[in-house]
Amino acid sequence: MAYVAVKGGSHAIHEAEKLLKYIPWKEGGSPLEVQQIRKGMRLAVDRVMSEGSLYDPDLAALALKQAEGDVLEASFLLRAFRSTLVRNFYTLPIQTENMDVIRRISATFKEVPGGQYLGPTRDYTKRLLDMSRMDEDSSEIMKYVTNYLSESLTEAVQEELSGNGESDMPVFPRVIELLRAEGLLAAGEPQDEEAVIDDITRHAISFPASRSARLQTMARGESGALMAFAYSSVRGYGDVHPTIGELRVGYVPVEIEHPFYPGETMTIGRVLVTESEMVVRVHAENHREAAGRAQFAVGYGLCFGHNEDKAISMSILDQTMQQQNADSPAQDEEFVLYHIDGIESSGFISHFKLPHYVDFQAELQRVRSINEKGDRSADGEREQEKEATPHGSL
Amino acid sequence: MEAYNYAFLDELTKRELRRKTLKAVAIPGYQVPFGSREMPIARGWGTGGLQVTLSVIGPEDTVKVFDQGSDDSVNACNLRELICQMCDVTPTTDSLEASLIQTRHRIPEEKLREDQILIFQVPLPEVLRTVEPSEQETRRMHAERDYSRMWLHLYEDIVKYGEIRISYDYPVMVNGHYLCDPSPIPRFDVPKLHQADNLFLFGAGREKRIYAIPPYTNVTPLQFEDIPFEVEQFDQPCAKCGSTHTYLEESYDAVTGAKQVACSDTSYCDKRQRQAAGESVEIGVIWDGTNPANFEFE
Repeated sequence: MAYVAVKGGSHAIHEAEKLLKYIPWKEGGSPLEVQQIRKGMRLAVDRVMSEGSLYDPDLAALALKQAEGDVLEASFLLRAFRSTLVRNFYTLPIQTENMDVIRRISATFKEVPGGQYLGPTRDYTKRLLDMSRMDEDSSEIMKYVTNYLSESLTEAVQEELSGNGESDMPVFPRVIELLRAEGLLAAGEPQDEEAVIDDITRHAISFPASRSARLQTMARGESGALMAFAYSSVRGYGDVHPTIGELRVGYVPVEIEHPFYPGETMTIGRVLVTESEMVVRVHAENHREAAGRAQFAVGYGLCFGHNEDKAISMSILDQTMQQQNADSPAQDEEFVLYHIDGIESSGFISHFKLPHYVDFQAELQRVRSINEKGDRSADGEREQEKEATPHGSL
Repeated sequence: MEAYNYAFLDELTKRELRRKTLKAVAIPGYQVPFGSREMPIARGWGTGGLQVTLSVIGPEDTVKVFDQGSDDSVNACNLRELICQMCDVTPTTDSLEASLIQTRHRIPEEKLREDQILIFQVPLPEVLRTVEPSEQETRRMHAERDYSRMWLHLYEDIVKYGEIRISYDYPVMVNGHYLCDPSPIPRFDVPKLHQADNLFLFGAGREKRIYAIPPYTNVTPLQFEDIPFEVEQFDQPCAKCGSTHTYLEESYDAVTGAKQVACSDTSYCDKRQRQAAGESVEIGVIWDGTNPANFEFE
C-alpha cells in the first residue's frame, strides 16, 4: 500500500509507533534501567550529551533507552529537549587548569610538569572479546571492586580517600605553555575579535566564521564526521602534521557570575570534559596566525564527556580550518562546519524517505521531454541525410 | 502539554522569528538568517516551515498541513498533530477554510485570498547552490545581483538538451531584484506566485533561513526571449475527478499494476468528486481566476 495516497495516514503513523514500542518486548523481559545505561554505557551517554549539546547524564541515558541505543537518535532527542529550555545565564569561561584530572597525556615530551597519567583507558587493552562477561553476576563485580580498591590504589590516594593525608594532588600546568615561554607558539587571533562570543544556537553561522563559532559547531558535531574530516587531512588531503601537546579528561567546575552580588561567582556544578591541545607546524605565508617565522600553532578541542577521538579530531580541524586559500576539504571551513552536525545531516539524509511524488512527476516530465526532443532531432538529421542523397544515383 | 509553552517555542524565540519574518517581507526574496531551533521532528522534515507556522499562529487560526499535495500524507499528519497539540487550533483539509497553510512542495489548486498565508517547508533555500557551493560566495552574488552563472547554466542546458532541465526548484526573480528558490514546487505552481493576493512565507530550518514573497509582488521565472518558460503538461484527465487543469501524478495500481494519473491536490480532487456525486461543495476559483465546472468528468 502506498503510504500517502491511501486514506488513513494518521492511523498508519500511530500503529507504526505502537509496533515500535512492542518490538523490543515481543519476547518479554525486564526493563532496562536508566541507571544501568548511565553506568554501563558511560561512553555512549557521553557521546549523546556531547552531540546533543546538553550536559545531563540521566536524560542522555533515558534518550539512549528510548532510541534503543541509536546514539544519533538519542542525541536528537536531547537536542530537541534542549531547545525548549530557557537560557538563564552564560557561564564564565571554564578554567581547565583547575580540572580534576582522571587522565592526562602528552605526546610532545616524555616528561611534563605534573606527570602523565593513563587513567581509565582502553588504548593498551587487547581487543579480545571477554567471554566471561557473557553471564556476569553482581557478586563477581563486587569482588572485583573490593580487590581493586585494596590492591591497586596507591597509599597517597588511600590516605586522600580516608581523609587523613595532606592533600597532595599534583597540579597540571599546560604543556603548551612550555612552548609559549620559548617563543615558539604563534600568537592567537587578536583578542578583540572574540570580544563578543558568537552563539550558534541563537544566530545562524556566517562565513568567514569566528573561531568561537567554529569551536562551538565542532563541540556539538558528530564524532564520526569530525573524525572523517580530520583523518582526511592527516592521511593525504592536507598538510597537517599534528602532535598531541596535551590530552586531558576530567571534571571542571562550572561557574556563573553571582546573580545578586556583583564581582562574586557561583559554582553551579561540574562537568566531565575531554580537552585536546594539538601542536602543529605552521607555514607563515598562508596561515592566519603565524607572522613571518617558523612556528607552532595550537589546535584546540573540547567536548562534553569522555570522547578522545572527538576532541583530537576537533583540535586537528581547528588548525586545518585556519589555512587560507583552502585546497583540501578539511581546510574549507564551510565544507567542514556545514557537514559535521549529526542531527542536521541525519535529518536530511532520512528525509529522502518522505514521498517525493510531485517532484518525481516533474522530473519524469523533463526527462521524457528531453528524450522526445532528442529523438525528433535525430529523426530530423536522418531526414536531412536522406534528402541530401540523390534519389536516382546508383 | 503543560510542560511546553504555547506553540512549543518560547516567546523570545517567537519574537525573533517574527522580526526576521517582517524583515523577509520587507525585502522580497532575500534570505534572512535566523537562529533555527531544534524541533521535535527531524531536521529536513519541515522544521523551517514549522517554526514559521508556530511563530505566527494563534488559537483563532484554522490550519491546513499538506505534503506533496496530500493532507493525508504521513508526515503532514504528524506535523498537523503536533501543531494542534501545541496550539489548540482547528485543523482543516479545505484550502478555502484555512487561515494558515503549511505545505511541502505544492501550492493548492484553489487560489488563496488576502487573509491567508501559505508557509513553505524549504529544504535548500539557496537558488544559486547548483552553480556555487559556497555560502560566502552566493551571498556576495546576491548582493551584487551577479546572476550570470545561473543564466549560463540555463543556456548550457538548452544547448545540450534542447531545453532547461530544471523540473522543481525553478529559479524565479522576485520583485525584479533577488533570484529566489520557490522551494521544490513543480513548474506548474510557479506562475501562482506572481501577483498573488496572499502572503507566501518560506522557512528553511536546517539551513536557517526565512524568506518571503509578499502579496502583489512580481515573480518571474528565468526565461529567454526566444525560449519561454514552460510548465508541465498532462495529456490525460485525472482518473478520479476528470480534471484537466490540475497538476497530476502518475501511479501504479497496487493490484493490477495499471498506470493511472490523478490529482496531486487530494483535497481539491475530493471536493470535485463530491460535487460530481451531487453534494453541495464550495470549490474556489483556480489561480487564473476561472472557475472550471465539473462537466469534464464523464
